[in-house]
Amino acid sequence: MLQMKTHYPDAHRVEPSNRHTLAVVVDNEPGVLARIAGLFSGRGYNIESLTVTETEHEAHISRITIVTTGTDSIIQQIKSQLERLVPVHRVVDLTLTGEAVERELCLVKVVGKGDHRVEAMRLASAFGARTLDATLTSFVYELTGTTEEVERFIKLMTAVGLVEVSRTGVAAMARGAEGIM
Amino acid sequence: MSETMTGAEMVIRALQDQGVEHIFGYPGGAVLPIYDALFHQEQVRHVLVRHEQGAVHAAEGYARSSGKPGVVLVTSGPGATNAITGLADAMMDSIPLVCITGQVPTHLIGSDAFQECDTVGITRHCTKHNYLVKSIEDLPRVLHEAFYVAQNGRPGPVVVDLPKDIQFKTGTYARPLSNQHKTYRPTVKGDMNHIRAAIELMANAKRPVFYTGGGVINSGPHAATLLRELVKLTGFPITSTLMGLGAYPASDRQWLGMLGMHGTYEANLAMHECDVMINVGARFDDRITGRLDAFSPYSKRIHVDIDPSSINKTVKVDIPIVGDCAHVLEDMVRLWRQEAHRADKVELKEWWSKIEGWRARNCLAYKNSKETIKPQYAIERLYELTKDRAPYVTTEVGQHQMWAAQYFRFEDPNHWMTSGGHGTMGYGLPAAVGAQLAHPDSLVIDIAGEASIQMMLQEMSTALQYNLPIKVFILNNEYMGMVRQWQELLHGGRYSQSYSESLPDFVKLAEAYGAVGIRCEKPGDLDAKIMEMINVNRPVIFDCIVDKTENCFPMIPSGKAHNEMLLNDYLGETGTDIGSVIDEKGKMLV
Repeated sequence: MLQMKTHYPDAHRVEPSNRHTLAVVVDNEPGVLARIAGLFSGRGYNIESLTVTETEHEAHISRITIVTTGTDSIIQQIKSQLERLVPVHRVVDLTLTGEAVERELCLVKVVGKGDHRVEAMRLASAFGARTLDATLTSFVYELTGTTEEVERFIKLMTAVGLVEVSRTGVAAMARGAEGIM
Repeated sequence: MSETMTGAEMVIRALQDQGVEHIFGYPGGAVLPIYDALFHQEQVRHVLVRHEQGAVHAAEGYARSSGKPGVVLVTSGPGATNAITGLADAMMDSIPLVCITGQVPTHLIGSDAFQECDTVGITRHCTKHNYLVKSIEDLPRVLHEAFYVAQNGRPGPVVVDLPKDIQFKTGTYARPLSNQHKTYRPTVKGDMNHIRAAIELMANAKRPVFYTGGGVINSGPHAATLLRELVKLTGFPITSTLMGLGAYPASDRQWLGMLGMHGTYEANLAMHECDVMINVGARFDDRITGRLDAFSPYSKRIHVDIDPSSINKTVKVDIPIVGDCAHVLEDMVRLWRQEAHRADKVELKEWWSKIEGWRARNCLAYKNSKETIKPQYAIERLYELTKDRAPYVTTEVGQHQMWAAQYFRFEDPNHWMTSGGHGTMGYGLPAAVGAQLAHPDSLVIDIAGEASIQMMLQEMSTALQYNLPIKVFILNNEYMGMVRQWQELLHGGRYSQSYSESLPDFVKLAEAYGAVGIRCEKPGDLDAKIMEMINVNRPVIFDCIVDKTENCFPMIPSGKAHNEMLLNDYLGETGTDIGSVIDEKGKMLV
């Protein structure tokens, strides 16, 4: 029996994973979000963040922003598989088109008295967060920034009485004059 | 011209406008209005199956043998869930189907009503696209769009879920000027720069091979004609996947036979040793590639596929060409001729002499017997005795399927219907029903196993009802043969639950259905009994009692490369337990 070995590269080698932000333009029809979420779960891809709202009301077009991680070949598969869905118009990899602007919004509720309360106010002002609600024992802050800024803000607020977080996930757009719609 | 009619009438009218002649279905509460509309006309002929899975497989057999889309009509709830296996099968093998499912009235959706299920939710992953129609205004567009989506791009099944109140509602029907989906436009024409680069690579190849698949069949008979032309022009060898059999005539000298796990020695070694691989309409399935990191290590690869997600999915390619096979092949043929390319004759001759050396191993040889019928012999005789009639052959799934692929030789596309990707036992009998309806005067044979056939056996009744003289040719070895083979190879011969206990008497069973039953136990009787089967113009169940322990060879064990094939004399030569050839990782891959 032939037991010849070949010197072909090992397919199981670990390739580096990267974070990519995808803008997906879709028909806003019933089930479209389920199709996309189901595609990710069914094929074992990661979703770090997913944001969706109708962006063109007359044409019923929604823009979905997905942050995902994977090797280059997985990211390519994700894009191809998304494009295969009938209601998907286009998929743009904002990470490949150059540095995209990425922002997310978070609401943070902190509860505390005395030093904690003062420190929470200082942190909020240092980050430029807006105060949306205040009581004698609590604040609700709004912060818009990159995912990293939001993460840092939440981590710091945890130390001074954070009780609740609500985040929108990433909205993103390529820099420059060109539009993708 | 717009007309006022009910939703149910729109369904039938849209089918008529699409030129649909046959639909396969089963009535139920949520589709009664459509069945009523069906009753009032004769243009669309309804074929009553005995199980909804059978309806979908029959539609697949119809579609694959005729090139037209298959149409299915089933009720809500269990009607829809029974159809799922067929839909998943059609999805994997890219078969164009439109499946209309009934649904509970819109005001009851979500209330767990009688025979309600979330059909669009359940079928989302096993259809190319699906629709829940909640407004009568959308219905005409959706119906026609469903046909467009099913047939264009990479074909696949499309479900239209239609609540009962919409079927009763009255609205305006007009055939849309175009079926087209408003945005879905698959690429059919390949990028000329890539095609030019591919031709260049082919012209300089020393050890080229064509590796073709079901995409050529899906692209239509014209694609097969162009493929033949290109293969003849270049003089290159050609192999094909299970799904692609018939695109290139098996009788031709350049044909190497099927490749992959149970492919021929010469096809697999040609894939392993080639320097240029031209993949036309195949998708590097794991049954084809074997061990990925040892797959065709010396080749530059060209990949023609209509589905961009097939490209670089598992195997990296050098020249991707996204497009329809026929379009791309046409450009390739034209360019090859225009630029008066000639393959390197000296190199090609050397390559062919190497291939002839592999071919001389005669990998499909087997030890025949005078006492028991060898399954390979049964298929060989079936082929020899029926080939003049250009039969349509369907199969179930298992050893018999692989033997059929190896020993039955196909000269033309659309004559071979098998469940490739999904591997659905029970596919063959209903698929034969569909193929026979599409080709009423042709010989249609379902090559089956005694286990598989019992999964959709009820469709015999359908064959009888519509006077479809299908021939069910059972290779009866009293085992789920492929399961038994793997248990022998991987699990120390512990045949857990793979024996076909308490088998029915297939001859009596045939007679009970009103069909003809024939049993053959001796090799000497085989020819006469096969002739008897062919000559009777009624459905036949042929119970061919074959060797119980024959294994399907050649074979690439899981986790092994193309050049690590096992031939049928392997055990005899070395006396080694084949199980020991497959390592732990390979066992996981089975």
